[in-house]
Amino acid sequence: MSLVEVEEANPVMASAPIAPYNSSPLGNSSSPNASRESLKMEPLADVAMLPGEERVIDKDIIYICPFNAAVKGKVFITNYRLYFKNTDSEMPVTLDVPLGVISRVEKMGGASSRGENSYGLEITCKQLFAFLSQEKYEENGWNVYEAMEEYRRQGVPNSEWRVTFINKNYELCDTYPTILVVPYKATDEDLKRVATFRSRCRIPVLSWFHKENHAVIMRCSQPLVGMSGKRNKDDERYLDLIREANGTTKLTIYDARPNVNAVANKATGGGYEGDDAYQNAELVFLDIHNIHVMRESLKKLKDIVYPNVEESHWLSSLESTHWLEHIKLVLSGAIQVADKVSSGSSVVVHCSDGWDRTAQLTSLSMLMLDSYYRTLRGFQVLLEKEWIGFGHKFASRIGHGDKNHADQDRSPIFVQFIDCVWQMTKQFPTAFEFNERLLVVILDHLYSCRFGTFLYNCESARESNNVRAKTVSLWSSVNSDTSLYINPFYTPESSRVLYPVASMRHLELWVTYYIRWNPRIQHQQQSPVEQRYKELLVLRDQYLKKLEELQLSDSTPSSTHLTNSSTPNAATPNQHITHLQTPF
Amino acid sequence: MLSLGSGGAKSTKPSFVSYVTPEEIKSEKDPPKQEKHPDLLPGEVEFCSANPILKYTQDDLSQRGVFGTLFCTNFRVTFISDEKPQEKTDKTFKNKLYGENDIPLMCVDHIYGVYDEKRKLITGGLVKNKYPSKMIIHCKDLRVFQFSLTFSKEEDAKKIFQGIAHHCLEEKSLKCVFAFSYMGTPSPEMQWKQETVMFDSPEDWTQEMKRTKANCRLVTENENFELSQRLPKYFVIPLTIGDLFSYQGKGLPIWCWSHYSGCALFKASFPPVTQEDGDFQKHLDTMINAVAHNHLYSVKTEDLSESLPNIQDIQQSYNKFKQFFLIENSTDFWLSDVKWFSSLESSGWLDIIRQCLQKAVEVVECLEKDNTNVLITEEEGTDLCCVISSLAQIMLDPYYRTLMGFQSLVQKEWVAGCHAFLDRCNHLHQKDKEYHSPVFLLFLECVWQLVHQHSPAFQFSETYLTVLSDSVHVPVFSTFLFNSSHHRESVMKAESPLAQSGPLSCPTVWDWSVQFDSKAQNFFFNPLYLEKVKHDRAVRKPHKPKHQRNLSLPSTAFKTPPKKGFFKDETDSLKKMLRVKRLSRWRGSPDAPTATTREFFESWQHRPLDYHGLLLPCLDGPAVHIWMQRYLRWIPEVYILGGGSVAVMTKLMELLSQVQDLKRVLEQRDSSQAAKLDHRPYFQHRLLSFDSSGRLSSSFPFAYTCYRSFKPIIPTGLMQSLMVTDSLASQEDEASSVVSFV
Repeated sequence: MSLVEVEEANPVMASAPIAPYNSSPLGNSSSPNASRESLKMEPLADVAMLPGEERVIDKDIIYICPFNAAVKGKVFITNYRLYFKNTDSEMPVTLDVPLGVISRVEKMGGASSRGENSYGLEITCKQLFAFLSQEKYEENGWNVYEAMEEYRRQGVPNSEWRVTFINKNYELCDTYPTILVVPYKATDEDLKRVATFRSRCRIPVLSWFHKENHAVIMRCSQPLVGMSGKRNKDDERYLDLIREANGTTKLTIYDARPNVNAVANKATGGGYEGDDAYQNAELVFLDIHNIHVMRESLKKLKDIVYPNVEESHWLSSLESTHWLEHIKLVLSGAIQVADKVSSGSSVVVHCSDGWDRTAQLTSLSMLMLDSYYRTLRGFQVLLEKEWIGFGHKFASRIGHGDKNHADQDRSPIFVQFIDCVWQMTKQFPTAFEFNERLLVVILDHLYSCRFGTFLYNCESARESNNVRAKTVSLWSSVNSDTSLYINPFYTPESSRVLYPVASMRHLELWVTYYIRWNPRIQHQQQSPVEQRYKELLVLRDQYLKKLEELQLSDSTPSSTHLTNSSTPNAATPNQHITHLQTPF
Repeated sequence: MLSLGSGGAKSTKPSFVSYVTPEEIKSEKDPPKQEKHPDLLPGEVEFCSANPILKYTQDDLSQRGVFGTLFCTNFRVTFISDEKPQEKTDKTFKNKLYGENDIPLMCVDHIYGVYDEKRKLITGGLVKNKYPSKMIIHCKDLRVFQFSLTFSKEEDAKKIFQGIAHHCLEEKSLKCVFAFSYMGTPSPEMQWKQETVMFDSPEDWTQEMKRTKANCRLVTENENFELSQRLPKYFVIPLTIGDLFSYQGKGLPIWCWSHYSGCALFKASFPPVTQEDGDFQKHLDTMINAVAHNHLYSVKTEDLSESLPNIQDIQQSYNKFKQFFLIENSTDFWLSDVKWFSSLESSGWLDIIRQCLQKAVEVVECLEKDNTNVLITEEEGTDLCCVISSLAQIMLDPYYRTLMGFQSLVQKEWVAGCHAFLDRCNHLHQKDKEYHSPVFLLFLECVWQLVHQHSPAFQFSETYLTVLSDSVHVPVFSTFLFNSSHHRESVMKAESPLAQSGPLSCPTVWDWSVQFDSKAQNFFFNPLYLEKVKHDRAVRKPHKPKHQRNLSLPSTAFKTPPKKGFFKDETDSLKKMLRVKRLSRWRGSPDAPTATTREFFESWQHRPLDYHGLLLPCLDGPAVHIWMQRYLRWIPEVYILGGGSVAVMTKLMELLSQVQDLKRVLEQRDSSQAAKLDHRPYFQHRLLSFDSSGRLSSSFPFAYTCYRSFKPIIPTGLMQSLMVTDSLASQEDEASSVVSFV
């Protein structure tokens, strides 16, 4: 027998709709049900396999659901997933686990154990399925994001900002994308000199440009100040060029770390921008903790929701994980950045290397400032740009194709970011074009390895492994059926800055993600409000059609403009709401 | 409470920033402007006033304020601003009795005085001495008011302070309650009466028994309260009970509700304990026998004072809980944000809610699954019995999830059922704390959880529940003013010199037109409610019995032994139970709910959700929420401008009225349909859409934030929040350090 357990140390229960479970293959059990089974159905015939997916193994097993009794069924394993379906049709149970999300396989019981399972898993984890996948979609998701196009949308290049191709062969910085936007007045030679003073050569480059007030969000890594408090004239001048670009009086540098950590980083050569060296800048620490703290926090969270959800001490247990407090800090950091920029001041954001907390802060503040990123497509662009393009180390943080699940490099930074986005969608349910499902799907495929989108640590690695050509982008799948991901309540408001309330009073645990595998926690596929709204939309269209037909038939246009009147005169509605029983 | 900001006080230079300096006021005020007076309600009398008084603006960090006059009347404390009232009267949700600057006297919870920067709780003794520089009023609806008294003449300030303290804090007689002076004209339509069953006549009870097909007996012998003054005027008992007078008004099993299977829910107070032991046993036997006879001879009994927190525990817990929402300034807010979840938990309030719902689920399980009669008991039988029986009925009977059904239920179980509202709400400020307890609020909290989890099952909205919880403290309605039916009748009829022209009649709270116009009443209705398609009011469409049988899983491993309690055993256990000295102490962490109840919930959850069938709450930690609307509505720091569920609801309402318009147009065209108009009077106008001009705050409809700037609120005190002492915190993000790149 063997126990298959989903990703434990890390991003966790995140992974599959069922998360940790036990499965006990009993060989070809000749149960009394066997004959009935074969009569009833070919159990797995209805499973649509992905193109390129191959069946590796199938067996009759008994699945022991942690919340119910044992269920008899069939399991099969392909090079992409482990699939289980019960043969008892009264209460359908299916499991569908992409192998990429399985982090550990343990043996349970001795005598009847066999190696097939673990063997199969080992192979598939190394050969990432994404490379074997031959799924075809109408749209090529790799084309969702074109850096030049996006910068042009923002209004860059212009007289203050220029595009540089200095990194086209990843020679300036191997973890940055090829196209970078820098102050117009900074020469490529300047950039090279600045790179020597920034950790991993991640120099300050433009992330976002405010069309009206011309303030910018710059991102970078920490300066290499070190114990001796080194200074670099080029770096200082470079930051001043950023400040000058829109006449900001004082450039604000947001260091995402807690003050003490920034100081401690001096010991390893890093540090922060000191007052004396950067006189036209003010430094603000945002007190966000590092990847290790976040990893442990999510691990604690997992402990309180699995295998049992804490009941009587739920709130204090939740508090003790600090997960929501971290969310609060990240959000309030982003609020400060967004507020500063919308008031006309340019900002520089960094942490240590500028690929974890920095990415969280820049992308969240951009989400607050720029309504484009709140659309389905804009959000994809945001992720491609700030996370994938600027080298968030997905491979290291998630541990794709890597057996060492105790790896210190792993951390759910991206999960945390998506959680922050979810908190924002929760507080502003009409401001986002996409729905919760998109966020869940993104996280699922963060682990699934079905798509190439989140593979590798940076653009240069992706290029050398030919990811674009060999794998399918998640956005190909998403954009081929956008109706699944559209929020019906979306009301575009282009110039609006969204400031969420970063208070524990409003932050909640994302139950439909972290605890969705628990059958006792209710998760309706669709919220009642959404359902009702959609029904009404259909009803409205029906009525409109009917009205149109009637009008055509007697060609007396008595009430033609009803369609667009959103504020109808409701003085005498003679029907009340619930009589609008929708026929569905 | 947490620390107080600055007191502003003796010094000539106040520590707050006001729009005008004190010097300016003097010169400005010397020729006193024409005095403003509040618009008095019929019967309202002004006691005293003072001017100028500074009222601090709540939603501002800088402790600014507005100058005006503070009044105390026999109904309320009211503040009238000197500034021209900004014409923002498009408020759709306006209470006709009191506005945002009015505090009904009954609504005052605590008054604090700030003396030399120190905050003191005002009690009778302190009033006599000097008056404070600043007066802080905490209201029972969780509003917080802060007034500075330093700008007006000393004697005025003293008078208003003493007046307010006297009328809000001192013990008083029932006759002083404003309801007895209120001369409001009764609502002409009396629409509320058409459908809310008041349970004040034998017919109402007969009707209810018919509706639930109960096989019980209506007792009319207590019409003149000859049986007992603690018993309802009319009530229903099992058929087999004989001599009513032998009960001395105690220990009578009173019928609450009948399940379609025939089994029923009963509640009872304890039998008189002074009797000899033998009599006591005999009494118990008769009581249980009578209940068991009702159906199939099976009964389950539960002594609620054994298994649930007592009313003092409830009171204490709520007192702790509400403190977290009485926020006086921004600093307090962010300080308390740090330990928010554990603070909430330490109050135990959410846990009490969970326990009550859990108990109600157990009762439901007995009725629905085991089809046994249930008898719940408690000392008086009018506190937790009311909570549990009402909750069980809401879960079982969709009629009680309609607005009228819910109001009828409150009438049946609480008002006619003799819940001691007057004592429990402490309307008269009695010093004896033993009897105070927010039991009715606890019930509303539990209902809110159900509404929150299963919104489409309820015709009423959370706004309705919030308003109802506020109305308890509006001293106009007869509903919450008395301790029993007898009490109500004797006062209302009475001798009282106030009632020269016949018996008094204060309105019932269900006459919502007293407080809200019909437009505002629209907010009481839940646009998500799914009315039953068929128009039959008979609720108990029998469940497919097959359903239940199919629930058990193939494996028998988790099967529990049948827990059907038969009469004999149950008698024994109750005897034992009652013989044991009752421990009313509330256990801090209750035992995990029985596995069977959990199974009951899970099997229910596996079925497709029928909003007109049985409804059960999920009681897992993450599923029990805070009633945000009630508790956070006055705190500006949590307002989400243009966000919250209000944003979605507004869109829904807009679409709804569009669809309705279309439908109407279509119907008008179809002339044959014209005759078939809907006749329901009450619901007619309720679908006006929200006033969607401008952005609403998440606290809509209670608080408006038109004047709030668009600046974000940036949390303060973040550093203290996360004391990560781990070694992890100081670790480097990357294993390899950065030095090599230099």
